[in-house]
Amino acid sequence: MRRRQFNRALAAAGVAAGLAPFGMVRAQARKLRVGVLLPRSGVQALIGQSCQKGADLAPGVIRQLLGVDIEIVNADTESNADTARTRAERLIQEGAHVLVGAFDSGHTAAIAQVAEQRGIPHIINIAAAPQITEQGYKFVFRNFPTAIDLTRNGLALMGEIFRATNTVPRSAVFMHVNDTFGQAMAKGVGALLPRLDFLPFKVLDTIAYDPAARDLTVEVSKAKAANADFLMLVCRLNDAIILRREMAKQRWNPMGIISPGSPGLYEEQYTRALGPLAEYAICNTVWFNPKSEMTKIVGAAFRKQNPKDVLDFHGTNVGYTFDAIMIAADAFKRARSTEPKALADAIRQTAIPVANRMSLGGAIRFNPKGQVEGNLSAAIQNLKGKPTVTLPAEFAEAKVVFPQPAYKKA
Amino acid sequence: MNRRALALGVLLLGVMLLLPAFANSYVLSVATLILFLAYTGQAWNVMMGFAGQLSLGHSLYVGVGAYAAAGLFFHFGIGPWAGIWLSIALCVAFGAAIGFLAFRFGISGVYFALLTIAFAEFTRIGFDHLDWTGGPGGLFIKVAQRDQIDLANFRGPPAMYYYAMLVLTAGALALCAALLRSRAGYYWQAIRENEEAAQALGINTFRWKMLAVLLSSAMTAVSGVFFAFYYNNLFPEQIFNISRSIEIILGPIIGGVGTLFGPILGAAVLTILADAITEVLAALGWEIPGIKQVFYGVVLLVVIMFLPHGIWPTLARRLGIGK
Amino acid sequence: MPIDLVANVVIAGVLTGLVYGLMALGLSVIFGVVRVVNFAHGEMMTIAMYATVALFAAFRLDPFVAVVPVAAAFFVFGYALQAGIINPFITRPEHAQFMLVLAIAIIMVNGLLMAFGPDARNVQVDYQLESFALGPVLVDKARLYAAGTALAVSAALFAFFKFARIGKAIRACADNYLGARVVGLDVKRYYAFTFGLGSACVAVAGCMMILLVDVSPALGPAYTLLAFVIVIVGGLGSMGGALLGGVLIGVSEALAGLFITPSAKSMFSFGLLILVLLFRPQGLLGRKP
Repeated sequence: MRRRQFNRALAAAGVAAGLAPFGMVRAQARKLRVGVLLPRSGVQALIGQSCQKGADLAPGVIRQLLGVDIEIVNADTESNADTARTRAERLIQEGAHVLVGAFDSGHTAAIAQVAEQRGIPHIINIAAAPQITEQGYKFVFRNFPTAIDLTRNGLALMGEIFRATNTVPRSAVFMHVNDTFGQAMAKGVGALLPRLDFLPFKVLDTIAYDPAARDLTVEVSKAKAANADFLMLVCRLNDAIILRREMAKQRWNPMGIISPGSPGLYEEQYTRALGPLAEYAICNTVWFNPKSEMTKIVGAAFRKQNPKDVLDFHGTNVGYTFDAIMIAADAFKRARSTEPKALADAIRQTAIPVANRMSLGGAIRFNPKGQVEGNLSAAIQNLKGKPTVTLPAEFAEAKVVFPQPAYKKA
Repeated sequence: MNRRALALGVLLLGVMLLLPAFANSYVLSVATLILFLAYTGQAWNVMMGFAGQLSLGHSLYVGVGAYAAAGLFFHFGIGPWAGIWLSIALCVAFGAAIGFLAFRFGISGVYFALLTIAFAEFTRIGFDHLDWTGGPGGLFIKVAQRDQIDLANFRGPPAMYYYAMLVLTAGALALCAALLRSRAGYYWQAIRENEEAAQALGINTFRWKMLAVLLSSAMTAVSGVFFAFYYNNLFPEQIFNISRSIEIILGPIIGGVGTLFGPILGAAVLTILADAITEVLAALGWEIPGIKQVFYGVVLLVVIMFLPHGIWPTLARRLGIGK
Repeated sequence: MPIDLVANVVIAGVLTGLVYGLMALGLSVIFGVVRVVNFAHGEMMTIAMYATVALFAAFRLDPFVAVVPVAAAFFVFGYALQAGIINPFITRPEHAQFMLVLAIAIIMVNGLLMAFGPDARNVQVDYQLESFALGPVLVDKARLYAAGTALAVSAALFAFFKFARIGKAIRACADNYLGARVVGLDVKRYYAFTFGLGSACVAVAGCMMILLVDVSPALGPAYTLLAFVIVIVGGLGSMGGALLGGVLIGVSEALAGLFITPSAKSMFSFGLLILVLLFRPQGLLGRKP
């Protein structure tokens, strides 16, 4: 290509690219276009890609179950709120009728903003910051517990664990990551714990640590020095791994590690990085219902699509992302329209029975603020290299082990 | 400036003014983002491009400005028109502290740049422990009703934010053009080119460098206030992040450091580039996470290697508008 | 506060600080000679960490063995980077150098994301979870070995610059760029050589670091920043300063975490940096510019 030709081609391409967004015609769709926003690159890439698996399998499963056609349009927030915002605008421009996303509370808040301004429903898959459904949005819906609900469920399960194992730990040391999520959880714990007299233990020390901590020697030394019966932990993934290893190095063997509801402990990476050291950690958190019909169906689709992955590790991310898309599809079916206002009204009327959801909880219904109440947590314990539901008893796959046996080198 | 430049400028301004009438809201949001980066880049340019003081911590002023106004609004219902003054005052105080300490102790170049990073990071972690602004949990402001314009509290539809940013950017451009031709502008350029020589000529370099820092921080405070009321939620991790500082300075560097139109052009080119790469990759079906940023990095690399003074000087020469 | 707790924390701080110091040493050497600030330093270390993980996965190569091929490869890589891309930039203003290296860093981080995915990776060696007990004080084995290696490599580097002919020539280039050219030294080649050495340093640090933390693509920028803090505190361009800075940061973070609040511990590193910049801008062991 000669230089002038090249320049002309370049100019033509530029004009085309520049004009494309203006000439958009919104086709009257028979299909529901669902814009899915997830952090598939950047610092949160791991969880974003895990959630993505739930979105990828949704169209096939939903066609089979509801007989409606949905089309997923993906966007990567790059773990960045500004990008989340412009990508949300772009998805709407591309004709998305409903938005789903976006794991991180900050990014979710940015997307909610756009959705509200444009009057396009936004269904949050995962994000726990309580404020999002308190800001007065009309088009934002969340089927995920707020941090305070998450903590309440987590602490209640803690009581059940002690009852089931006939143990009475007297003291705990509370470590939490000091980020948006960790702080919301810590506030919940601080507010709830004094009022829950069924819990036998006292918190001896609270240690907040930096989410980007490279080294947790001091934190673990301090926690060990508190000499508590068990460790209550609100963590993310990487810090959880560093922390568990540091515990082994410092030969600190409390009765166990129990999280009142956070990611980290049940994730594949945690088990893969720590091997036998990962065993017995307990996380009381949102989960998928291992016994529901929906889990079987989605699980089959998951295995077909990701033959190398184990569902248990992705269950929560896949479950909540899938359920969010399910809510959209269900509303579409009832509204018989892709018109955003009609969709939003239909979403408000949502009543998905327990049997038709994958995540653990009651029927999906939104309160006037657009929040689903009554989502449940389960006590997930790492047993034989697999996160296993141990409580509540009706969903349990195994019995909870507490205190944990002392770690022996494999 | 010649007539050709004037004509181009007027044409551009006309297009920008009419944009909300024919652009869809995606385009409008990208344009708002461009203007936000252009304005903030312009503010940074006052410090670096004019006076030669490299700041890699401008997120500090965006963050402090945003939090001050948002905090007043959140806690006391005081709107941004009053809050902006607190934002400016606080940012100027921060700028004054940094400038005073650095220039009194003779810190310049890389060392000055790192000092600005250190202050931004220090403040970020500080805000993580500040309960008044919600700590790492974030500060959430009540959102606007969709269709109603409430100028007193700076709430309204996207076009309102767009015009606000357009006014700011145009204002900053006019201010910078005036500054460059003022005494301060000439002193700054003298300091930028050779500080010792400037000093030898009797220029009070401390005073003029301080002026640049104060002006730059005050201007950036305003973009922080805009940010707070446009996004309605603030997290220290996001707003003070070093990657935000970098985002701010990419535009002016790519566009042309020290030029008037460089920051605007750079912000436009980079923002459109980022979205264009995403579009092209999506069209090609290459949905590999990370690939977009790799292309973006390669483009940055190529521009900085082959256009050492940025795009604007070269483009201006091609268009025949001189400077 | 029990004394053994303090002792534990301080010892760990010193040992980790030495590894940080080695990483920062690479940055310091490069800046001291080439006068280019390597804003991709942490990213380079993450690449070295991935290389160690890959060698371990493929050949069960212990990180202390992997150090040799990884450092050698990094020397070549650093040499090529300087010779091919950075050399034309040595006379350009700082912000242009910054942009250049930043662009390289962006490509590195996201290249790693594409190649390895977002998962955190590590190596599992048997001494990794063990510790020596000296009375009530526990010393983590991996950390101790890593710190020892860091000291040894730094000593070797000192000796190289002090005694080897190339080392002396490089110092001449650093002291007087024009003078070195006048006496006929091929300055650009020495610059490339130095960048290679600095890269090898950071590669060794990466091999050690993988024993202490897991690596993921987004890890780089935080370490770049850390390396800067250390180098400025110790003195940009001063080799002893980098090690001292590393130890100081390691210990001050440990003590701040112990006595104040752990979540704010890195605030104290930045506080220390600000203080040093104000009262001794050339760094603790740096020479007056």
